[in-house]
Amino acid sequence: MREFARAVFADAPQHTDVAAAQAAGYADVVAPPTFAMVIQDLTLQQLLAEPDSGIVLARTIHAEQRFTYSRPIVAGDELTAQLSVTGIRALGGNAMITSDATVTDAAGEHVVTATSVLLVGSDSEGEDA
Amino acid sequence: MAGFTVGDVIAERTVHLTRESLVRYAGASGDFNPIHYRDDVAAAVGLPGVLAHGMLTMGLASSVVVAALPADARLIDYGVRFTKPVVVDPENGADVHVLAKVGAVDETSARIDLTVKAAETTVLVKAQLRVAL
Repeated sequence: MREFARAVFADAPQHTDVAAAQAAGYADVVAPPTFAMVIQDLTLQQLLAEPDSGIVLARTIHAEQRFTYSRPIVAGDELTAQLSVTGIRALGGNAMITSDATVTDAAGEHVVTATSVLLVGSDSEGEDA
Repeated sequence: MAGFTVGDVIAERTVHLTRESLVRYAGASGDFNPIHYRDDVAAAVGLPGVLAHGMLTMGLASSVVVAALPADARLIDYGVRFTKPVVVDPENGADVHVLAKVGAVDETSARIDLTVKAAETTVLVKAQLRVAL
C-alpha cells in the first residue's frame, strides 16, 4: 500500500504513517482512493483470460473509471472482489463493456465498488491500445 | 467538515512524470502493459509514444485533493473519463497539472471538480470527487 501511495504521489501522511492514520481514526495506514483498481484488475484479468471473452488487451482502451466508497481500504483488510459485467453496447465496430467489481471485507460489509468502462476494438482494427 | 464554497480552489499542483514514474506505477499496481514502458511496442500499435497509465493520472489527481483535505475526510465517489493520453518523453518526461475546485455543495456532500491537463491538453474529463460533509 505504501508503494502504491508513493507511485501515485499520495503524500498525505495517513497513507504511509501509522500514527497519523490512527490519529485520524483508522486502524492502520489508509489506501489512496484509486487503490481498489489493483483489486478490480485481478478480477478483470480473470475475465480477459476467459477464452470466449472476446476482449484482447492490445485492442482495449480504458474509457472511464469510477469508485463508489462505503469506507476506505486500510492495511490489514481482507478483501474479496466479485466482478459483474453490467453493460455491453455496440459502438460502430467496437464494444463498450461496463463492469462492476464489488469489494467486500472479511465481515461481508461493502467497502468499495469499482466500475470500469472498456472500449474494445473489433478484430478488423489493430490500431487501438 | 465546514467551509466549502462553490468556485473555491482547494488544491493546485503540477506533477512531473518520468519514465521512472511509469515503471514505479507498473510495479505498484501490477499493470505491466508494455505501452507504458516500451517505445517499440507503443510505436507498433500506433501510439505517439510511451503513455502514462490512465490510472496513474487518475490516482495522482486524487492525491492532490486528498492532501488538501483533513485526514479523516470521507470520500463518497470518484470518477473520470479518459480522453487524451499523457505521452511521457524519455528525456523530458511530462508535466501533469491538476486544479481542484469546489463544483457543487449540498446538505451532505461537496463535489470537487478536477481539471487535469498535460501539455495544455485536457486528459481527464468529468473528473469529479465527492466528499462527505
